[in-house]
Order: sequence, then C-alpha cells, then structure tokens
Amino acid sequence: MTDHGVSSLTLSAQHLSREYSHTIAVHDVTLQLRQGEILGLLGPNGAGKSTTMHMLTGNLAPNSGRIEICGIDLLDNPKSAKAHLGYLPEIPPLYMEMTVDEFLIFVAKLHRIHKKSIVQAVECCKRRCGLMDRGRQLIGTLSKGLQQRVGIAQAIIHEPDVIILDEPTAGLDPNQVREMRQLIRALSQSCSIVLSTHILSEVENLCDRVLIMNKGCIVLDQALADLQQKGTDLETVFIRLTQI
Amino acid sequence: MMIGTIVSKELRSLFVSPLAWFLLVLMQVVLTWVFLGRLDAYLHVQPQLQQIANPPGFTEIIVTPVFAMAALLLLMIIPLLAMRLLAEERKNRTLILLISAPVSITEIVLGKFLGVMLFIAGVMILIVMLSMTLSAGGTMDSGLLISNVLGLFLVTCCFVALGLFISSLTMQPIIAALGTLGVLLCFWVLDILDSGQGSWIHYFSLLKHFKQFNSGLLDSFSIAYLVLFTLFFIALAIRRLDGDRLHR
Repeated sequence: MTDHGVSSLTLSAQHLSREYSHTIAVHDVTLQLRQGEILGLLGPNGAGKSTTMHMLTGNLAPNSGRIEICGIDLLDNPKSAKAHLGYLPEIPPLYMEMTVDEFLIFVAKLHRIHKKSIVQAVECCKRRCGLMDRGRQLIGTLSKGLQQRVGIAQAIIHEPDVIILDEPTAGLDPNQVREMRQLIRALSQSCSIVLSTHILSEVENLCDRVLIMNKGCIVLDQALADLQQKGTDLETVFIRLTQI
Repeated sequence: MMIGTIVSKELRSLFVSPLAWFLLVLMQVVLTWVFLGRLDAYLHVQPQLQQIANPPGFTEIIVTPVFAMAALLLLMIIPLLAMRLLAEERKNRTLILLISAPVSITEIVLGKFLGVMLFIAGVMILIVMLSMTLSAGGTMDSGLLISNVLGLFLVTCCFVALGLFISSLTMQPIIAALGTLGVLLCFWVLDILDSGQGSWIHYFSLLKHFKQFNSGLLDSFSIAYLVLFTLFFIALAIRRLDGDRLHR
C-alpha cells in the first residue's frame, strides 16, 4: 500500500472479534474506509452488522483487534478518536422533550464545538438536513422522517471524518427515502460513510464498495464497480454468500 | 466543561417535566406545614420553657424537626428523580448518544449526579429561607442550622449516588425507583438492628449518621461515612456503565 493510500484512510478496523457469553458474534473482521468513500455493510439479521457498528463507535469493546479513526486508536484514546466520528444508530437517539435547536446545541457542546461557532454549526447542519424551519419545534412532535433527519444532523454537526449510519432509511416513506439518499450522497463529498442496510438497491445506488457479513465473518469486500464489471448481480451474490 | 454540559441538560430535563415541579410543591407544602405546626407548639410551651434553667432554643424546637422531615421526604422523592438518570436513557436508547460522543463515562455519571444535586440545592435553599424567617423574632442558633444543612446535604448525596447506581442496573425506570426506595429504606433503618454490645451493623445506618447532624453534632466519622458512601456508589455506577461496553 502506498503512503498516499495510508494517509487517506479514515477508518481502519483490524481483526475485530467479539463474543457474547460463548457465542461468537463477530469473528476476525477487518475493514478499511477511505476519504470520501461510502461503504455498504450488508448481511442477514444476526450477521454481526450491529455488533460491528457498536464496536466501531466505541459502544462495545472488542475482545480482540484494533480500531483506528483518522489514525487515532479508539481503544487507547477514545475521546480524540470519537471526535472524528458521527453515529446514527438504528433508533435515532433523540430527547423528545427538547426542541430541535436545543438538542443540536446540546450535541454541539458534547462535541466540544467552540461556544462562538455553535450557532453557525447548528444552522449549517440544519440547512444540510432540511430542518431550517423546524428549529423551535419539539422533537417529539416531528414526523418519523424529520426525526431521522435530526438524527443525521446530530451525527454531522461536528463535521466528522467518518459517519456511521445504521439503517437510515428504515421506516421512511418513498419520498423520504429519496431525500435521505440525496442527503447521504451530499454528505459523502466531505466525509466517508459506513452505511448498514437491508436494501440492496440502496447499496447499488449509493455505495462505492460493498461488504457482506454472514455469521460474524466478512464473506465479501469488493468495489461495486468491480462487481458490475463482471456483470454480477448484487442480489445473486448476496443470496449465494449468505445462504451458506 | 463536559460535566457542565450534562449538568445543564439534566437540570433542563428536570424542569421541563411536571414531576420536578410537583415534587417541589409537595415538599414546600409539607415542610411549611411542619414548620408552622412546630412554631405553634413552641408558642404554646414558651412560658413553661422560661422557667427551665437551660431551655432549648427555638432553632432546636422548630428547625430541627423541619430538617428531619426534609430528609425523610427526600428519601422518598430522590428515587423518583434518580430513576430517570440512566434507566430512562437506556429505555429511550439515548445513552448511546452520550457514549458515542467524546465524553468519558465518569463525566456522564458525574454530570448526572451534579445535575440532581443542583436541583436538591435549590430545595435546600428554600428550606434554609423558611428557617431564616425565624430570625425576625430572635437570634437563631446558626451552628445548629449549619450542622443540619450539612447533614441534609451529605445524606442527600448518598441518596442520589445510590439512586444513580440502581438506575444504571436496569432499563425500567419504575424498577429503578422502587429498588432505590427499598435499599434506601433498609440503609435508613439499619440502626434498629442495634442489639447493644458488639453490634456493628448500625454503623451503616444513614439515619444514625443524619441524627448526629440533626442534633448539632459535627462528627467526623459521620462525615467520612456519608462521603465514602456517596463516592462508593458513584464509582459503582461508573463501573457498571463501563461494564456495559466491556462485558455485555
């Protein structure tokens, strides 16, 4: 690998393994993410996607392996590493009793954004997520689609280098799904994204590279362009690899 | 700085919920009622007191029972405030927001502890102001008042720390509240088990230590016990939350 290749790595996970009471949830997972890349993480339910994401975001400690975010070790130096990370879990972590502005200001402070820059950061992420006229509305009164946008806004407010999105389009109507995909595509201009989903067409539409997990292991890690060049259909590959 | 952010968020969450306001009103009504009752009793016995050589002052007769009642009320109220701290965050899946942010578990737990303590400090200021109204009619025993304030503050720290720990064990706020109340009541009445010689279990009673402050006695053993009790349960809450990440 060239020096240039190493420097453009934003996320690197090496040989991650995790057990839950003698059940192996994730085994020897290695993945890398480059600047501006969208990585699609696919796999059947129980394949270990969520466990992997929990490990990548510091919510779960791996039994073995190491994770680096922008070259900073997540286990040795969690605070600095997490500063480069934005995470939207499957269920957006929102305080329903707060207004959108209050919530985003709280998240901005959590991410140590300088006091003078907070208003600007909140306005900027609201604009990117289409929440400009929702600032004073209580999060609990927003529709599911808008709550999902607030979830994304909290993940990007500190302009992280890596964004991890766990099923960001689940439960949205077709229009909202389209808008969400546009938003994800726009976000990839400035950072790299790990996108976990069950929707294969979403990966084909958005991602540069696809990673398929089955029974805790990675069974495919390939650029989508390569797959398309070979004339292989993603659905066929997915079914073949996950029915083992 | 991060602790401050979490403290202000906790305080805000408390005050936007009707629960905190309701509990504040309830405390004020009950304490004012006790205060006025004791004042009335004092006015009745005042002529007889003047005939005693070394009569108890009005601070002892009126203020001390108010603080004792405040401690009992806080013992029942704090489980309701503490249950939300971690159990509710877990239930609503918002804890993940704090843990994914560049904030340490210690900062999260301390922020939550201090948030509730700041609310309780407000309650205590109201109790002190209620007591200070007596100074219009005479000279207060400020030593006794300070000892009561310190005792109530320290014993409240114990309540909140224990509540925080029990809240970290579950994702059901109601279970956290009932668990905290149950354990606190046990710790409160442990001195019943004082069987005389060789018994040591009553040393763990929070009531026994609070009584010292309530009677105006600043006992370093009691101070040390209450501080250690608080630190112990805060440390357990931090460990429990960190354990989620490690041993889940």
